[in-house]
Amino acid sequence: MKKGEEIEFIKDGKRLDGRTFDELRNIKIEVGVLERADGSCYLELGDNKVIAAVYGPREMHPRHAQDAKMAVIKFRYNMAPFSVDDRKRPGPDRRSVEISKVSREAFEPVIMREYYPKAAIEVYVEILQSDAGTRTAGINAASVALADAGIPMKDLVSSIAVGKVGGEVVLDLNAVEDNYGEADMPIAMIARKNTITALQMDGRLTKDEFGRGLKLAMNACHQIYELQRTALIERYNKRESVKFEEREA
Amino acid sequence: MYKVVIPGDFVSDDVNRAGEGTYVEDGKVYAVTYGVVDDKNEIRVVAFSGKYIPVMGDVVIGKIIEISFPYWIVDIASPYEARLHMSEVAMRAEKRVEFGNMSAYLDFDDLVAVKVINVDAMMRIDLALQEDLDIGSEGRLIEISYTKVPRIIGRKGSMIRMLKEKCKCFIFVAKNGRIWIKGKSEDMKLAFEVILMITTEAHTSGLTDRVAEFLDSSRQKVKKR
Repeated sequence: MKKGEEIEFIKDGKRLDGRTFDELRNIKIEVGVLERADGSCYLELGDNKVIAAVYGPREMHPRHAQDAKMAVIKFRYNMAPFSVDDRKRPGPDRRSVEISKVSREAFEPVIMREYYPKAAIEVYVEILQSDAGTRTAGINAASVALADAGIPMKDLVSSIAVGKVGGEVVLDLNAVEDNYGEADMPIAMIARKNTITALQMDGRLTKDEFGRGLKLAMNACHQIYELQRTALIERYNKRESVKFEEREA
Repeated sequence: MYKVVIPGDFVSDDVNRAGEGTYVEDGKVYAVTYGVVDDKNEIRVVAFSGKYIPVMGDVVIGKIIEISFPYWIVDIASPYEARLHMSEVAMRAEKRVEFGNMSAYLDFDDLVAVKVINVDAMMRIDLALQEDLDIGSEGRLIEISYTKVPRIIGRKGSMIRMLKEKCKCFIFVAKNGRIWIKGKSEDMKLAFEVILMITTEAHTSGLTDRVAEFLDSSRQKVKKR
């Protein structure tokens, strides 16, 4: 695809990949995939493949960055060199530092940080394969991994992007729509409370389009929340015996 | 039937009984961790995983990681380091414990059974030696998640009693998830296997019976050989 070339994003009310405007890509969530991490999650959102690992709470290093009243959250978003078409130069760059920051702040309202003064809770999100919306996939995976690690939280965080392509507000952009579309707006929220914890926007939307986009994203976050929830619950039901014997001692 | 919950799940309306692993908001009790609900006396959510946070009175197994006069700095499998004061050892030392000779009593990597005597708001943790427990050079250390400790002990100690009896081992289960086993090598191996079995099946029912069965069958195998 050449730059400046016109793309027909919408055909007969369907998008390039055959989805409707308010349709999510396929989501697959697997909990506890890493042996060494305290909590982990593997997540696929369409062609995005991400893995999240959580460590801690553990001692905060460097010491001067400790907070005497609450735990510090460290969030590292990192793209693998092979996650995109042209090899990505490894290591943190402007973009990944920014994404790490907004993702961390998306979790600050839910994690019970005051339970662990002076400690650090570390979240590592690795993007193995990228197809637009990796930060939302990363937040969804990190949320499940945090729960798996036994980190006390008020709620799970769910996240999805909306955008504008071919003059239409659509949900969950894929790579082509993201690169050649008119706007992209990733949102993270506490689904159960409809509280937004992160919101970014790239491109332009009218007030009306913003409102419609937000509504689409909120509905989608509820769907994602249910998927995160089932992934966690299923993990313990899978084992042969479902019943939990009366707690002992 | 016990219910698996995730953070933010509604647990109960009874705010007065809200216990560990829950939080209260707008007159309702919600789960704060991923675990199972226990509402026998107070409403608690028993977490599946997590890190040990020391509580006054707990007996734990620690490892000396640093000597910094007049303290030994002890790792107790928690996000926080603990300290053991020189005077704790001085009581039973023959010579005066002084700057420079602390390692003669407890050296790096030595294991100690200690009691948490104080935890302050800054999470400074003070320890005292648990003198009736001498976990010295012999035996084997197993590390499991502290959340599984009540399961290893069992109701009123039923599980641990059976383990000790059938494995013919001395077993000490510390609150921080470290387990000390002392006995004959094959006995320790059996105990190790059983403990592993308990931790992987901690959330299932009828575990005590299954463990008993497993112990009996493996004992018979040994006899046949």
